[in-house]
Amino acid sequence: MSALVIRGGHLIDPGAGVDALKDVLLKDGHVAEIAAPGKLKLANGAQVLDATGLTVAPGLIDMHVHLREPGQGYKETIATGTAAAAAGGFTSVAAMPNTRPVNDSVETTRWMQSPERGGVVRVFPIAAATRGSKGETINDFAALKSAGAVAVSDDGLPILKDGVMRETLAAAARVGLTVIQHAEDTRMTHGAGWVASMNAGPTAFKLGLRGMSNEAESSIVERDIRLVQDLRDARVHLHVAHISTAAALAAVRQARRNGLRVTCEVAPHHFLLTDEHVGQYNTHAKMCPPLRAAADRDAMIEGILDGVVDAIATDHAPHAVHEKEVEFEHAPNGITGLETALGLSLRWLHKEAKLPLGRVLSLLSAQPAALLNLKGRGSLAVGSFADVVVFDPKAEWVYSAREGKSKSRNTPFDGWTMQGKVRWTISEGRIAYDSDGA
Amino acid sequence: MNSSAAPTRRQLHPPPAPASPFPYNPGSLLSASDLSLEEISGILSRATALEGQDPLTRAKILAKRRVALLFYESSTRTRTSFELAAKALGADTTLVSSLSSSIEKGETLKDTGLTLRALGAEAIILRHSSSGAPWLLEAETKLPVLNAGDGMHEHPTQALLDLRTILTHLRSGVEAVDAETLAGVTVSITGDILHSRVARSNMLLLPRLGARVLLCGPKELLPELAAQVGPGIFIERDFETALKQSQAIMMLRIQGERLAGLQLDLEQYKAAYQLTGPRLAALAPQAIVMHPGPIIRGLEVTAGVADGPQSVILEQVKNGVAIRMAMVERALLSGTLAGTHEGGR
Repeated sequence: MSALVIRGGHLIDPGAGVDALKDVLLKDGHVAEIAAPGKLKLANGAQVLDATGLTVAPGLIDMHVHLREPGQGYKETIATGTAAAAAGGFTSVAAMPNTRPVNDSVETTRWMQSPERGGVVRVFPIAAATRGSKGETINDFAALKSAGAVAVSDDGLPILKDGVMRETLAAAARVGLTVIQHAEDTRMTHGAGWVASMNAGPTAFKLGLRGMSNEAESSIVERDIRLVQDLRDARVHLHVAHISTAAALAAVRQARRNGLRVTCEVAPHHFLLTDEHVGQYNTHAKMCPPLRAAADRDAMIEGILDGVVDAIATDHAPHAVHEKEVEFEHAPNGITGLETALGLSLRWLHKEAKLPLGRVLSLLSAQPAALLNLKGRGSLAVGSFADVVVFDPKAEWVYSAREGKSKSRNTPFDGWTMQGKVRWTISEGRIAYDSDGA
Repeated sequence: MNSSAAPTRRQLHPPPAPASPFPYNPGSLLSASDLSLEEISGILSRATALEGQDPLTRAKILAKRRVALLFYESSTRTRTSFELAAKALGADTTLVSSLSSSIEKGETLKDTGLTLRALGAEAIILRHSSSGAPWLLEAETKLPVLNAGDGMHEHPTQALLDLRTILTHLRSGVEAVDAETLAGVTVSITGDILHSRVARSNMLLLPRLGARVLLCGPKELLPELAAQVGPGIFIERDFETALKQSQAIMMLRIQGERLAGLQLDLEQYKAAYQLTGPRLAALAPQAIVMHPGPIIRGLEVTAGVADGPQSVILEQVKNGVAIRMAMVERALLSGTLAGTHEGGR
């Protein structure tokens, strides 16, 4: 495999504590050498990428995406979803199991990682915790882990039964897997002939839509934390997916103070938007958990700044145009996010909230790598995988969903100003995205 | 890392929700809040004029223009009065209901709307069980859309006919309204506020004319946050206290079809909230009694009250035709988009 030199860039590698001008040599899919500008010893014959004025960082890791394959290739494929990931600076994505069929098997887990899928960045399957994600029978976690699964989750469908959740946490801990919970008490958000479609509150009342209460999220998070506490096993790791309410975040904060291994992620839409963005039934502002009140949105920013939030994850959830062009309550949940996460995080968390660039990048790489135990990723220390993003941290640009790489365009961020333009995304030494084309 | 950086900011002000592009068509009526007080005055006076006009002259106004009634829910009053209103102005109407159409086969609202437009419909009157459906239909067809009730959300022509009824009785039929017209008037709305589109449209409309809207009902049917919909809206849990303050009493039906598993003890409900003859005589002997229908006699109101001298329920129905004539006329004559007139002769 050919070698690549990234020359003249500013390397920010929070995991390795590097924040300086460096040249980086990538060889055989790994980081081969890092040196002061012009001082690389082994770079003979390598292709050179001029990164003068640009930031060089570990490739971003999105621990929560929906790639829709197998089964729903009309929304997204592994090829288009990973192309979108690369365009957004991501070199690793963890794919949720709510595919058709549900990824609850070794076969599907392997199928998703096969080179035949055409993925341009690394896909790490998250396997279903229970058979068919029905919340009843626990899958064979050891087998799924050997097939490549990096976590287990019934995302979209929480595990409601206490006994099943307790057993899931214990069984995953025995094989060293993280349990990711979509925290929603569906007994509160679904009823006879109805499903709540936005955050409960004055906006939902005014729009005549049934609301999802904050308690529907926080009560499950609190229940799960009690189960972790009761298990008294340091290997147990509960990760709360797309946390969205102040109450649930407070529960995670308290669990951490109590020494429990409970972590969480926040999606950009939950730290930027509120339920008022639903406007006049904009289905591109419909997702689950829903956009919340301003106080909850502010709590997400607070949690990111004070460190209780462990990762930024997009919950990239593509849907075809026709699926979103329906009555609000009938539209499917979810928005795309891979191509906007870095631009929104730099624009709002770094530029506006003054979160240091290294911290923003860590939330998007080193920290999710640690949460999923992805060895050799999330840092560019010599010997690591050659997963790199090179971007202009100051460049402002306007996002156009129409020009995106994802198959779908369901985003509320169309037309928003982004900060930080990706120049190259390199996955295991291969250029997966080049803003000049390719 | 980097703890010596500039202090972080804990409150961001990202772009607010974009301004609503609705309504796209000046002839549409999606929400009671779409209308300025000036437009409301115009509609009220047009309703009176049309009502008094010679039927043969009136029938020339929209002669052979095409209006589609698209009804996804059953309706007696609203459907019939819209139909009579459109026909009174000479328009051809066609009724499409969810049963007996391709909607049963899974055709979407968007495709149904585009099909009606292709068939020459120049305006669509929509009743739908999903809140917000008229916004979708208008965005997709760009035709004038009249919201004839969407889910639990709004029923703006009902609020207009209610307003006409209130003005007739409490303001001797004044038509030019302003922000003070209903100053000093309390309108109580009692019952299933949570599921009521009539309540929401009235809550948005009446306070803009100075009225005080008093919502009354049990917590399950009237959440506290209902008062946050807009200014001039208050909650009074005690029905008798609400009655004492009311010049207009609006009673709502318990919407069995939308209760969605909510358990309600009807005997308890009647004891607390039923409008009975003795309550009315003792607490609000001068007030008018309104109900958007359908009435469940013996539940929210007794038969005696529904048929009694203070009841203006049938007058509301009659006002529905006048108001809807004005709205259908407005839909087809106010700044219609180019290319939507082929149906006219």
